Amino acid sequence: MIALLAQDGAELPDVNVAVNVSFYAIAAVMLFAAIRVVSTRNIVHAALWLVIVLSGMAAQYLLASAEFVAVSQVLVYVGAVMVLFLFGIMLTRAQIGAEGNLNNRNWPLGIPVALLLAGVMGWAIIDFFSDDTLPEPNSGASTQAISDQILSPYLAPFLAVTFVLLAAAIGAIVLARKD
Amino acid sequence: MLAANGWFLDNAWLIPLIPAIGFAVIILFGKRLPMQGSEVGLATMAASLVIAAGTAFQWMQRVDEATGEEEAAGPIRYLAGMGRSLTVAAEGEGGFVEPVIRSWTWWESGGFEFGIGQHIDGLAVMALLLVAFISLLVQIFSLEYVRGDRRYTHFFAALTLFSAGMLVMVLAENMVQLLLGWEIMGLCSFMLIGHWWEEEDNARAALKAFLTVRVGDIGLLVGIAVLYFSANPWTQENLGVSGFSIRGLSAWALSGEASSTVLLWGSVALFIACIGKSGQFPLHTWLPDAMAGPTPVSSLLHSSTMVVAGVFLVARLYPVFWEGFSIPDVSVNFIVVIAAITIVISALLAFVQTDIKKVLAYSTVSQLGYMMLGLGAGAWLPAVFHIFTHAFFKCCLFLCAGSVSHSGSHHSFDMKRDMGGLAKKMPITAGAWIVSTLALAGVFPLSGFFSKDEIIDNVGHNGYEVFMYVALFGAFLTAGYMARATYLTFFGEPRGAAAGERHEEHADLHAPAYAMAGAHGDDAGLPDTAPTEDDPADPVLHGADATPGAAREVGDPDDAVVDTQDHHDSHASPHESGKLILVPVCILAFLALVSGFTNAVPFGEEWEDFKKYVEPIPAEVEAAPAESGTEPEPEAGAATSAGIVMARSDTRVEGSASDETQAARGESAAADEPASSEGCGFTDPAAGTVCYFPAVDHAEFKWSKAAQSLVIVAVGLVASWLICIQLYTKRNRRLVGLTERSTLAGGVYRFLWNKYYLDHLYEKVIVHGVAHPIARAAYWVNQRVIDGAVNGAGLTGKVVGRWVYRNIDQRVVDGAVNASGLVSSETGHALQPIQSGKVNQYGALLFAAAAVFAIVLVIANA
Amino acid sequence: MLAVNFFLLAAVLFCIGVYGVIARRNAVLVLMSVELILNAVNLNLLGFSLYNAESGNVNIDGHVFALFIIAIAAAEVGVGLAMVMLVYRNRRSIALDELSEMRG
Repeated sequence: MIALLAQDGAELPDVNVAVNVSFYAIAAVMLFAAIRVVSTRNIVHAALWLVIVLSGMAAQYLLASAEFVAVSQVLVYVGAVMVLFLFGIMLTRAQIGAEGNLNNRNWPLGIPVALLLAGVMGWAIIDFFSDDTLPEPNSGASTQAISDQILSPYLAPFLAVTFVLLAAAIGAIVLARKD
Repeated sequence: MLAANGWFLDNAWLIPLIPAIGFAVIILFGKRLPMQGSEVGLATMAASLVIAAGTAFQWMQRVDEATGEEEAAGPIRYLAGMGRSLTVAAEGEGGFVEPVIRSWTWWESGGFEFGIGQHIDGLAVMALLLVAFISLLVQIFSLEYVRGDRRYTHFFAALTLFSAGMLVMVLAENMVQLLLGWEIMGLCSFMLIGHWWEEEDNARAALKAFLTVRVGDIGLLVGIAVLYFSANPWTQENLGVSGFSIRGLSAWALSGEASSTVLLWGSVALFIACIGKSGQFPLHTWLPDAMAGPTPVSSLLHSSTMVVAGVFLVARLYPVFWEGFSIPDVSVNFIVVIAAITIVISALLAFVQTDIKKVLAYSTVSQLGYMMLGLGAGAWLPAVFHIFTHAFFKCCLFLCAGSVSHSGSHHSFDMKRDMGGLAKKMPITAGAWIVSTLALAGVFPLSGFFSKDEIIDNVGHNGYEVFMYVALFGAFLTAGYMARATYLTFFGEPRGAAAGERHEEHADLHAPAYAMAGAHGDDAGLPDTAPTEDDPADPVLHGADATPGAAREVGDPDDAVVDTQDHHDSHASPHESGKLILVPVCILAFLALVSGFTNAVPFGEEWEDFKKYVEPIPAEVEAAPAESGTEPEPEAGAATSAGIVMARSDTRVEGSASDETQAARGESAAADEPASSEGCGFTDPAAGTVCYFPAVDHAEFKWSKAAQSLVIVAVGLVASWLICIQLYTKRNRRLVGLTERSTLAGGVYRFLWNKYYLDHLYEKVIVHGVAHPIARAAYWVNQRVIDGAVNGAGLTGKVVGRWVYRNIDQRVVDGAVNASGLVSSETGHALQPIQSGKVNQYGALLFAAAAVFAIVLVIANA
Repeated sequence: MLAVNFFLLAAVLFCIGVYGVIARRNAVLVLMSVELILNAVNLNLLGFSLYNAESGNVNIDGHVFALFIIAIAAAEVGVGLAMVMLVYRNRRSIALDELSEMRG
């Protein structure tokens, strides 16, 4: 495959064409979807666009040789969080369909801020990385390596996260109780 | 050879010191003493008198020894007999008798040294004795007279202090000490005149006396200063004493090296002081008003002692006046003019007085004029002798007046209202009075004749003929007014209190001491003069014969000064006074009778004891350096060794014009230059010698000259007596009411009654003219300048305050405060939108800040 | 691939998420934007773990970190939505510009 792509005129023999193409394609989709998230008039549509973004994100994780994380992303984000979002949307919608304006009054303020931020960060990234390339890993991140890390050096954070999740669950229940 | 000075001569400074201590004792303890302090006064004066007598005795011894007398006891000799053999001066015994001078440094400052000490010579001895004696007699008199007074103790204290002051002045060694004594006397005079100061008139009289004399005292200060600065170099160089010392001034004046201008102006200045103190025209106005004081005060201060201080000053510093006014060379000078005027105007004024004390006061002024006249005309000894005799008879007259008022006229001094016919009731007083009156008038052989006649004689002899005639006229007037006073008081019909009538109010009334209101004539004794509203008692009291008294002169200006004594005599009718009053009176009357014989010029030189002991001999004395604090050693004393040229201008001896007899003392081998033909006071003394006294001339006594004045006096007495009889007793229609009918007589009378309008001039014109503008100016300054400044300051403060308040406080300070508050609140308001409560906005801010921070980081790390 | 790819993408997604936080009125939408942000961060992390791979193995810390973030994000969304629901129950509205009582 590399030899094939290289024959297409690529000067850099170690450019992984497939990765690049997939990356760009998925990135484009993600960007579009993200913009739709923040600009659509329909909340449900926003949620669904968010699903696409998150899925795209999972695909990107795969391209970054982070299979475990990608799968976790799909499981947790797309599977649970988005469902949660949809439930939230459902429970807080006053009327079906009619939304009114989903943007607040100062929405123009966001554009310059975002652009500024984007500009700064972009400039910083480009300036720093310039033409560096990401190395190709030999293999993906093994689950064993992850678990080794989680359960040994990062055991404390891991346990903390469990507590957080527990607290969040209890808290959510307490908050949402109807009495 | 002068013996060593006796104890008394050396310690004569005790004479004033003892009364001074007495004064302090009386002031501090007097009220607690059994006799309320008067015993201290008497004791100190007696002690003083004893020492003064001792001093006199030793002085006379000293003179005797200096003049070569073998016999020592002068006074004993004197008392033993009048005659003695005086070695004729031509023999040459006799030289300048050195006075006993001691001085101590009082204080030094700025190169000036002020000393205090004694200068005992004949004049001082006479005056010391006189003052001490008279003071003692007056104090004895006061025991009875002032008994029960509200300020008995202070009275005696003041009398004692006065005596101390006069004694200080009399024996003063230098001018500053003389000034000290002078001022003490002035102070005591003020205190004593105003003894009953509760009545305003007394206080005013006291003030008038003090201030009038003060005007003259300017002259004293100026004179002392002028003379000091001129004389000091000379006296320091030649005699080693300061220019204040009397000895130095005398020598300097006669040295010929003194500037005649300085001498003239110094003399004028000093004489101005004498004008004030001795009541000469124009400053005589205070003396009659000084009669507001108690009678002992009048008799002591204002007749015999204090008022002669001026005369004493002239006599003391005679060389200065001698040279200053060129007394021997001229026939008119400042002193004699003033004196002559004084003699006449005061004698005239004495004719219109109804108050007996005022008559005597004017008489005193007149006699002081005589003394000044004598001094001004070169008759030194007669003038000084007149001081001596005048003191006796004048004091006696005053004490008699006191006696009359005390026991005869129920404390009234109004001759017309309350006296008359008292000769029968008070014979001793009347007798003493008459003796003294005759002495005053100058009747032979009483003392006044010997003194006053000598003045008149010498005045004429020394070239002042005009003034001699003035003096004769004065003698005529003197006889006249004294006769009048005598008649009104002691003869005629008793009036008022003398008749035993009592005026209820007048014991507490005090008529004004002087007033400008005119009055009816003094002889307006007509019964139809209506009584006025201030009629103190019902007119019924005044019987038909009390006409002069019944006429209430409206606002009688010189109405009787009533002794406002604090006790009421229970006796209603006149009677003779008690012993304490009479004994001094009699002593003085006796002295008035006989004191003339101490210097009875008509009888020859052996009778001239007074002259011998008192008049300094005008000899040139070798100038000796100053002895301060030590007695002049006989050897060092210039009087004895190394030749004294004695020059005595005793024309009596030669019987011709004044040639000096020159001789040297027997033991003097050194040849000294003989004095010039004229001697001290006429030519400069020889080198190395000084003169202390000028060679005054003495007129030769001639009975023909004396007869002149005797006749004039007799005429005056008789004429006045007859007029009085006609006017007051017989009520001669032509005389009674004369001043009302005749415009001329009335005008003259009114002019005299108002004392020549001099008081009016002084008070209304001069004082008011000066004081009023000054007072107005001072008031203007006070209101406009001072108050203006104060108000201006206040106003400025107010305006500034207001401006500061408005602009600085309100605008700046408050503005700053308000502004800070405003800034805070506005800042809060401005920042308020940031906390909008909107999550989106918070997020925006957060991310924006993050973005900015990121940019900063990037740029920083770029 | 170029290193900048992942990172730029992450940055852009981050900024889109920021825009969403600022601009959106609905609380749930804001939470969704927050999710975007978190995901962008995840991507960043994984990119860096890839970038810092040594001797052929990726730096596993990045993966662990990303997992933790996923877990936390889930918890956060749960609690957040619970709160949104509570707010909705009380206010009948979850438009954030109406819920501005905590203003100064």
